[in-house]
Amino acid sequence: MNDKIIMNRKSEITKLEQASIKKVKEHWRIVIFYRFMFLTATLSSWEILGRIGVIDQFFFSIPSKIIYQICIWIIKGTSQGPLWLQVLVTLEETVLGFLIGAVMGIVSGIALGRNKMLADIFSIYIKIANAIPRIVLGSIFIIALGLGMASKVALAVVMVFFVVFGNAFQGVREADVNLIANAKVLGANDSQITFKVVLPSALSWILASLHISFGFALVGAVVGEFLGSKQGIGLLIATAQGAFNAAGVFAAMIVLAVVALLADYLITRLENRLLKWRPNIQ
Amino acid sequence: MNSNFLIELDNVDRRFASPEGKIIQVLDSFSMTVKPGEFCAVVGPTGCGKSTTLSLISGLAKANAGKVLIEGKEFNGIDPRVGYVFQTDAVFPWKNVLDNISVGPLFRGINKKEATEKAFDWIKRVGLQGFEYHYPHQLSGGMRKRVALAQTFINSPDILLMDEPFSALDVQTKILMQQELLQLWSKHKAAVVFVTHDIEEAVILADKVFVLSKRPARVKKIYNIDIQRPRIVSEARYTQKFIEISKSIWNDLSEEVNI
Repeated sequence: MNDKIIMNRKSEITKLEQASIKKVKEHWRIVIFYRFMFLTATLSSWEILGRIGVIDQFFFSIPSKIIYQICIWIIKGTSQGPLWLQVLVTLEETVLGFLIGAVMGIVSGIALGRNKMLADIFSIYIKIANAIPRIVLGSIFIIALGLGMASKVALAVVMVFFVVFGNAFQGVREADVNLIANAKVLGANDSQITFKVVLPSALSWILASLHISFGFALVGAVVGEFLGSKQGIGLLIATAQGAFNAAGVFAAMIVLAVVALLADYLITRLENRLLKWRPNIQ
Repeated sequence: MNSNFLIELDNVDRRFASPEGKIIQVLDSFSMTVKPGEFCAVVGPTGCGKSTTLSLISGLAKANAGKVLIEGKEFNGIDPRVGYVFQTDAVFPWKNVLDNISVGPLFRGINKKEATEKAFDWIKRVGLQGFEYHYPHQLSGGMRKRVALAQTFINSPDILLMDEPFSALDVQTKILMQQELLQLWSKHKAAVVFVTHDIEEAVILADKVFVLSKRPARVKKIYNIDIQRPRIVSEARYTQKFIEISKSIWNDLSEEVNI
């Protein structure tokens, strides 16, 4: 008798569960549908308004022209050579600048964060350096390092360094004093505390900064190319601008966006791997 | 000085400077002694400097005046004979249970294989089998405390410092953990200095209870708790002797706390 009630209860709960799973799936189906609708509506109204002349095609182009431009670039190549080469050049500058800037930022952030005296002396200058629009340094780098890759990498490094540095520094300063005390009593020496306690606790701060700073590295590289270069997507934009080719500018933007999204995906993967100990907030 | 004490605080001063440079005197010619294998509890009003005594014994903080001696000798830095269980969770959140427990031996230069073996042994002793590869956030508060205990005990300290280790636990878990601590301690017989604001906890666990005055702290009274061992935590708290001592300590403390 009792067993029967429990059995009934169980099947009832399974039914409820199935219904709730269905509800969640339904919700996502609707979300994806409306996302797609929004995109289509935006692009098609842009296209239509452009074609009937409400939006000036000369300045703002239209989606079909932008897509056509990308296709041309992919099939016939750009005026500076094949598209993939431009992407590769920009990507190389970005990644190089990102890596150098990130490593420098992490090392100096931890060094400064672990030393109160140095931290107190330099923290004001870091704030100032962070407030300066560093992108302007691009002009100096072009003058000093020439039109080649070095000037773009340098600009990307400057863009990345301060963000990563600031976060690494903050992460180190916020490392739990109890954890450090615990490690000390358990027998850790200074370098063990730095690498086994402080670095891991600053890691989530550092990884968060890597997310933002990859975008900054990309901006640095592209602006560097824009200011003067022989290759790269930045030059592609500059050329399109010079030829009053709005479609070209938008097309280059889309190419850049794809690169940035891919990089963001890879960093998220890395983050999930390194922070697997963290409770899932979502 | 009598050298059969394991720990001696002899007329110790400890001051703190606030960031603006103001001085707060926490301990003022404070003295206390602990014998080897003795379980001492320290109770006192909030903020009176209980935890500071532990910092001094561990070597995490230095006395501004007076002497801190272990086995009759002054020491520099952190003494390897000391183990410290903190009030808040001080287990490393990025390490799983096994790595958290083996970290002490590894810091002290024991090779990985031996440290892991020892850690597995301690996991068994604190009853965490099956959770070796869990991360702290996946464990309950009581289990995290077990990790913290194993982490400390694995270094086989002669001096065990505990700073309100169970204060964040619910009542049932607390009693279980107290029993567990007594069991672990009875096998190892380290000298324990157990800081707590919970009078009952102090009486139930300790051989000796130091009652401190308000800041700057002095030892106001020392109680010898002659409840026989082994004690059953959940039962001993209803004995007449327990109630008498607790009441008496409460009276001492309430003179110090004026709200």
